[in-house]
Amino acid sequence: MNYQQARWASKECLEPLVFELGKAGRRGATLPPKIPAGVKIPESLIRKELELPELSEPEIVRHYTRLSQMNYGVDSGFYPLGSCTMKYNPKISEELAALETAACIHPYQAEETVQGALELMYKLERHLAEIAGVARVCLHPSAGAHGEFLGMLLARAYHKSKGKERTEVVVPDSAHGTNFASAAMAGYNVVVVPSNARGRVDIEALRKAVSKRTAALMLTNPNTLGLFEDEILEIAEIVHGVGGLLYYDGANLNGILGKTRPGDMGFDIVHFNLHKTFATPHGGGGPGAGPVGVTRKLEKFLPMPVVEFDPKRKRYRLDYDRPQSVGKIKGFYGNFGVLVKAYAYIMQMGAQGLREVTEAAVLNANYIMRKLLDVEGYEIKFDQSGPCKHEVVFSAEPMKNKWGVKAHFVAKRLLDFGMHSPTYYFPPIVPEALMIEPTETEPKEELDRFIAALKEIADEAKTNPEKLLGAPTATAIGRLDETKASREPILSWRAYKKRVAHA
Amino acid sequence: MKGTDGTGVVEKALELGAKPVSPGRAVDALRVLKRLKLEFELITYPAEMGADEAREAGIEGRTIGKIVSKKTTAEDTKQAARGMLAEGVELILFAGGDGTAIDLIDAVGTRVPLLGVPTGVKMHSAVFANTPEAAGEVAARFLREGLPLREAEVMDIDEEAYRQNRLSAKLKGFAKVPYEPAMVQATKEASTGYELADQKAIARWVFELMEKGRIYVLGPGTTTRAVAEELGIYDSTLLGVDLIKNYKLVAKDVNEEQILQAVGGKLATIIVSPIGRQGFILGRGNQQISPEVVMEVGKENILVIAAPQKLSSTPTLKVDTGDTKLDEVFRGYIKVITGYRQSRMVKII
Repeated sequence: MNYQQARWASKECLEPLVFELGKAGRRGATLPPKIPAGVKIPESLIRKELELPELSEPEIVRHYTRLSQMNYGVDSGFYPLGSCTMKYNPKISEELAALETAACIHPYQAEETVQGALELMYKLERHLAEIAGVARVCLHPSAGAHGEFLGMLLARAYHKSKGKERTEVVVPDSAHGTNFASAAMAGYNVVVVPSNARGRVDIEALRKAVSKRTAALMLTNPNTLGLFEDEILEIAEIVHGVGGLLYYDGANLNGILGKTRPGDMGFDIVHFNLHKTFATPHGGGGPGAGPVGVTRKLEKFLPMPVVEFDPKRKRYRLDYDRPQSVGKIKGFYGNFGVLVKAYAYIMQMGAQGLREVTEAAVLNANYIMRKLLDVEGYEIKFDQSGPCKHEVVFSAEPMKNKWGVKAHFVAKRLLDFGMHSPTYYFPPIVPEALMIEPTETEPKEELDRFIAALKEIADEAKTNPEKLLGAPTATAIGRLDETKASREPILSWRAYKKRVAHA
Repeated sequence: MKGTDGTGVVEKALELGAKPVSPGRAVDALRVLKRLKLEFELITYPAEMGADEAREAGIEGRTIGKIVSKKTTAEDTKQAARGMLAEGVELILFAGGDGTAIDLIDAVGTRVPLLGVPTGVKMHSAVFANTPEAAGEVAARFLREGLPLREAEVMDIDEEAYRQNRLSAKLKGFAKVPYEPAMVQATKEASTGYELADQKAIARWVFELMEKGRIYVLGPGTTTRAVAEELGIYDSTLLGVDLIKNYKLVAKDVNEEQILQAVGGKLATIIVSPIGRQGFILGRGNQQISPEVVMEVGKENILVIAAPQKLSSTPTLKVDTGDTKLDEVFRGYIKVITGYRQSRMVKII
């Protein structure tokens, strides 16, 4: 299969901004001639002028269609972005979330009128608790890092209730960057522990790192190298031994669904990414959902409100009577639309289905791992004796040393094959890292295409590195000047106008 | 800085040490520049001090200076450096050992960035890249896009002691060396990517941890200097050991005797930073902090501070106090402060 992305461009630039299109006076929507009687808008909120683009409906539709053609998502093709779990999002979840009864309800409606929504949240919570092996789950956090932050707040509330002053949180060096940030934001000092030669947490270092000051250890299992932390029980003992809590980062939950549970491993706080594991749409900027589950002893600290079921009146209700709660961390009850999609996914899959999800995800990653080990230019730095889990981290260092081609060239050239690149340069403990997570929703042919593409790229690196240095060429936008982009970013239309004015 | 804006023409300089060193490695580094198609002007010194290597790597360079081939001395190295500085080079890429590094900072100090191509001669200074290829790559990136600079230790090994199988090093000074912030930033700790900023963050936290009435023994280095500056002390010594109490400098460049007198029977903390390429926290460059001092203060009162940039080039640390039993006590993991309210477990081997 050959790939060529659409490219809409004028002489000066790609598809103009919507503000630069249209003509004065054009309208794409019909608005009522005046504000209906009885609707009172505060004087301070009424605007005299609106600086909105003026396009007709066809112009708007074509503009966004052109942009979409120059975009790439999991609906376009393979998206092996490691740690992100870019699995296909089933369309049925979209349909259900778009139902009027899901999309057009208001969070402050009387509880009797939204029993279905409350039931959905209650049952989603029960399912997640079962999957993770915890007592209760809070659905409010609306992003992964938001959930991490809540996890830290819960740890803080717990230790405070015990009258203990705990000031440190331990994080492995392979951890996702948000872990360090969330701990710091919650006021903790961060202590980093290194990984050993097998790619797992160095137990000796961990022993020295924990103390009576340790509030928690944040861990992902399988870890960011795609390896299962097989000493997790000992790790749990070390942390619990000093009275600390064990926090689970759910980024890699796709690797263990139905096979083992964080709660059973000893984790006290378990975090989920619904936009990863539970197939809700995943794009930078959200909306996402990062629910957090806890063991019984931490339940009383969960944010309010909690959905409870009243068996006498056979009704679901929102419980705000939680005196030891850490408070409210989100407006209303979380990203409801996302919760609907996650619930729909769990219901479609069922317990057996979720088990098969993990089996296929792990199998796909291992298939790629074994096939790629035979390809010159790529190697695995850590443990290759056993299987990896649902993702595998390769290093393009051989390619760099032999032919001078680095990981990001591989990533960019891959775009020319109509595939998104893997995560690169993460985790930072692997040089020239390429973190590949195929997920379970890819057919074998797609995996073979991917392996063939990586092999072809390695061949090109050996025989014709020039070609790689110019990649990508089949995409709407070619090679970017990344250094300039990171030094002089233009992030808003206002900033763009200023820059153009000064040019 | 010379160079034409917009066309990417930049300059570099190449020189080799006064003593004959493995020219092959210098050529390897230069070959990388050629392979990366870097557009730059090469200025070099005659014959075996650079011109030969440049030719072998296939790079056209402009040769300045005069030497007597096969009879070059340290003075030639210094002249070369001064000449290149006068030419306005952006970077001096050198192949050699600690001796060459010392000659270079003697001649130009930190007025022009240096980068060492590792040549297999003893290199205790922290100015060397890990491999000749890495030297080429960092040089290329530095010239093409710019890279931040850090102050790296230049060490002087006591040759006499070395020949008698004792390793005794002195901290001679610091050189300005380019480093790659992206790689360091990738550690995801709270690193700004820029060593100066990270050192300031460390200093901020150390300041918050300081107690009144306690004596602080501040070892040499740029990170400990940042701590002093955070306290408003701008005349601490970079190469010596200073004493701080109640946020004030009470003594500068003290010797072992003076330290013992100051800390004897009192509450004290020693603050040190890794020195040199192997990351010695005790025994190299800070011998004033002797085994006696360490035992008087107590191991638990030793605070090790290091910016992530330093740790990325020296991922394990060492001690060599001269007292093997004391050294043994330090082996294993210690907590190193790497930022504001951030620390990392690092192994002392």
